[in-house]
Amino acid sequence: MAILEAENISKSFGKAEVLKDVTFSLEQGHALAIIGSSGSGKTTLLRCLNFLERPDGGVIRVKGEVLFDTNDPSTQSEAQIRKKRLHFGLVFQSFNLFPQYTALQNITLASELLAKEQNKKDPGKDNKRIDLKEIKEKALVLLDQMGLADKAGLHPYQLSGGQQQRVAIARALALEPDILCFDEPTSALDPELTGEVLRVIRSLAEKKTTMTIVTHEMAFARDVADEVIFLDDGVIVERGKAVDVIENPQQERTRQFLSRFSQD
Amino acid sequence: MDEILVIIEILAKGFLVNSRLFLLTLLFALPLGLVISFGSMSKVKSVSAVTKTIVWVVRGIPLLLLLLIIYFAPGLLWGISPWGTGNSGRFNAAVIAFVINYACYFSEIFRGGIQSIPIGQTEAGQVLGMTKGQIFFKITLLQVIKRIVPPMSNEIITLIKDTSLARLISVYEILMRAQEYAPRGLIWPLFSTGLFFLAFVGFLSLLFGWFERKLDYFKV
Repeated sequence: MAILEAENISKSFGKAEVLKDVTFSLEQGHALAIIGSSGSGKTTLLRCLNFLERPDGGVIRVKGEVLFDTNDPSTQSEAQIRKKRLHFGLVFQSFNLFPQYTALQNITLASELLAKEQNKKDPGKDNKRIDLKEIKEKALVLLDQMGLADKAGLHPYQLSGGQQQRVAIARALALEPDILCFDEPTSALDPELTGEVLRVIRSLAEKKTTMTIVTHEMAFARDVADEVIFLDDGVIVERGKAVDVIENPQQERTRQFLSRFSQD
Repeated sequence: MDEILVIIEILAKGFLVNSRLFLLTLLFALPLGLVISFGSMSKVKSVSAVTKTIVWVVRGIPLLLLLLIIYFAPGLLWGISPWGTGNSGRFNAAVIAFVINYACYFSEIFRGGIQSIPIGQTEAGQVLGMTKGQIFFKITLLQVIKRIVPPMSNEIITLIKDTSLARLISVYEILMRAQEYAPRGLIWPLFSTGLFFLAFVGFLSLLFGWFERKLDYFKV
């Protein structure tokens, strides 16, 4: 069964219809790449999944549970949405690390706040208390996986863009989301730093992390993603196996879009 | 020689009044300013409109006039004296006027600081499942503080000098005391009050410098 099902997602900003009845699903352990030109609605789609934008219409289900349904107001309260966000992790184009915290603190902050909340609700059961030390150790393991074990104590401004983005990936992974989303994770990086971030994402794919990646790196999408969705003007024009869509697109519009990439 | 010391002591006691007015204004105007800044940023149109009007009026009126309005208006209009009587009543009225005035100025500094924080910071907190309160206190606030230290230090330095305006409603502060010697031909007490302000502002500048260095460990 699909871990993520999005049905008839629509979203408008004023008169501009950015997403028009977008329907797709994602299998557990798969990586889905969303490609398309700027303004095609890729980022908006990702932001709808993370509830940074509220869809105007549609249903979002994770593991069969309805997270969001525009016809069911009970799924739309702020507190509900806050909890449901934790099914998703999001890595931003511009990293958005918290500047006043070290790399390590960036990763542990949200887990610590959640643990404190949990412990407050449930103060009796000492053995079940989530240990802050455990959170820190887990974060250090993640940093190590990102190749940043020696950067734990540094603040974001002391890190390169690629290093910051890898910390951001670790930060998203720390909460163990069901689906990890990337919004053009390398667009703000120069080519030299792009590689190190893509390598990390590739290794996550090898570990069967369920991912949705909005990207302009076609070769990367082809090699790493299981499936590709080509989005144009708020509509899914083509979807299929990554290799098929990128090497041998069926739709004229997809061909046009991809031809601009094959030149370089 | 003895008279000089006596006068200096009297002036120092006067400056204590200025300092108290200064501290009380800060104590109340800083949190009130934050609340007002939230008001003017409110998504509820009527709230932001009302708040912005208040800020416009308060910033549009000379502090001197505001002081007189706060002190005299309740008595003239409704025949009441909510600030109490005598010295303490006048001092209370001065505190109220200063708090209202400075809270409005501070609110604009807070607003600028809060709006200068990239929306991505809030969004990063949101996708990590943080509440609005957690995002404000754990993420945004310190970044705002770091950004507003320079404009705040300006306002706060202006505040200590503005406190001498309170003599208009006979708050017995340092300039008022110093002026009393002028008719007797003693002009030096008046000018020497500048030294008190200079020393105080010097101390404030050191404090702000220290604080800025304290926040040097990160960049926004």
